Amino acid sequence: MKRKIEIEDVKHITKLANLPLTDSEMKKYSSQLSEVIDYNMSLLEKINTEKVEPTAHIAGLSNILRKDETEPGLDTKAALQNAKETHNDFFKVKAILEPE
Amino acid sequence: MELSKLSLKEAAEGLKLKKFTSKEITEAVIKKIKAIEPKIDAFLLVTEDFAIRKAKKADQLIADNQIISPLTGVPFAIKDIIVTKGIKTTAASKILEDFIPPYSATVYEKLENQGSVMVGKTNHDEFGMGASTENSAYKITKNPWDTSRVPGGSSGGSAAAVAADMIIYSLGSDTGGSIRQPASFCGVVGLKPTYGRVSRYGLIAMASSLDQIGPITKTVEDAAIILREIAGKDNRDSTSVEKPVPDFTSYLKTEIKGLKIGIPKEFFGEGVEAQVASTTKNAIKKLENLGAKLIELSLPRLKEAISVYYLIMPSEVSANMSRFDGIRFGGSRDKFGAEVKRRIMLGTYALSSGYYDAYYLKAAKVRTLLYEEFQEAFRKVDIIVGPTSPVLPFKIGERVDDPLQMYLADILTAPVNLAGLPGISIPCGLIDGLPVGLQIIADHWQEGIIFNVAYAYEQNFPFKQKPKI
Repeated sequence: MKRKIEIEDVKHITKLANLPLTDSEMKKYSSQLSEVIDYNMSLLEKINTEKVEPTAHIAGLSNILRKDETEPGLDTKAALQNAKETHNDFFKVKAILEPE
Repeated sequence: MELSKLSLKEAAEGLKLKKFTSKEITEAVIKKIKAIEPKIDAFLLVTEDFAIRKAKKADQLIADNQIISPLTGVPFAIKDIIVTKGIKTTAASKILEDFIPPYSATVYEKLENQGSVMVGKTNHDEFGMGASTENSAYKITKNPWDTSRVPGGSSGGSAAAVAADMIIYSLGSDTGGSIRQPASFCGVVGLKPTYGRVSRYGLIAMASSLDQIGPITKTVEDAAIILREIAGKDNRDSTSVEKPVPDFTSYLKTEIKGLKIGIPKEFFGEGVEAQVASTTKNAIKKLENLGAKLIELSLPRLKEAISVYYLIMPSEVSANMSRFDGIRFGGSRDKFGAEVKRRIMLGTYALSSGYYDAYYLKAAKVRTLLYEEFQEAFRKVDIIVGPTSPVLPFKIGERVDDPLQMYLADILTAPVNLAGLPGISIPCGLIDGLPVGLQIIADHWQEGIIFNVAYAYEQNFPFKQKPKI
């Protein structure tokens, strides 16, 4: 297999993806991701894509704009109804800045 | 007459002629679900009391001669990845095990506004990620034709429920085959509309440039009726497209003389089981007997389409799944199942610094080539036909530990999503008691031609077998 995704790479990806994985999961994904990426790239790298534009979206739509006017949305109670923790009608999140 | 066996058309006619009430047909469906569910496990939630209330309301409308559409008063089920206000929606994931949506999906709202009766939310692979419904965090749906086999996926519950006559029709969603492949495995009709035809608002997103909602039904006519009712531009989904929505039932003609049918040789290549290929070829021969012209095609990029799909889709998945942060809704990210984690990892890797050009961008370029090949083909032919699934329904557990094998289940359906085309699967035969699906693909916005061909096949060569449960 040409494209081996090492455990170190997997660890790095879990950080980027904010995904808590156990050691055994990381080991498993290291071999499965290697297999899938290797299979995919073994086919794709044979294709000449010089001068080909990438397609991100098929419908050919450009930006859809609306008037900058407010419309009724979810009320606070409905918006918060699935939150595990709230505080004074706000979502409660972990502190991201530590006090000095 | 067992009411749960009716098609949508028959149910609508019966309600209109007051042969039975919405409450009666809803009760019949719920009774059938209760009897069969222990064997099939198609539902994550049965909304019995809610359905009876809705049925009574529909009966009032019908009594007042206020039938809004053929869907009025008819019970249906909906994949649990489509949000329903006030009714638990889990996406078949533990991360949303207690999620009560504060709003409804547009498709569900449209059905509600027509006095339809939702009787339950169907099982599927977690967040739509799978081809067998084995990736549901809650239960494994069984194939009604052989309960030791998978119903396909990801909309396996929606397809199995229709096949087992537990419901009149259902809605599913299709990212790489998730409506058509389970329809094929369960011997029913499943339609993926053109990308942009149906609003995705309220469909919990898996891969946003590929996802579409569509009907799973007992007949081609039912699919045409439902598409007319759920299609159309929606301001809440800016990828839905402003296009006229025709009366699709006007395309239901049994005649296809002179129609040009393209047969890509890649649809019968490596990985396609011989029996599936021969059954599909027989079906295509029958279309020729109806006067259609068969034209052999080659779409070389179909060979790499699955590789394009398994780079682009996980990339979009990794972006979409980032909204599950455990703050606004849902639990913590360790509650994702194995397949969801695998795809987040794959996608994050393909998009990460140093790999983006080599993986994601490369795949996006080959996607362009695939799209152009389809465009070229549709200059020569009206429709493209082949098998839906390369294999027959496989045994539960057989592929679950081999992601690559599972991914190859999508080789004939995923290209259609990458190109944004509409496609249908209709039953075209049985092999050893297991259904085979015929896939019919058209150019953008040409669902009408699909309905014409599918209806002509269905009416001339009806598939009458039913699973014995």
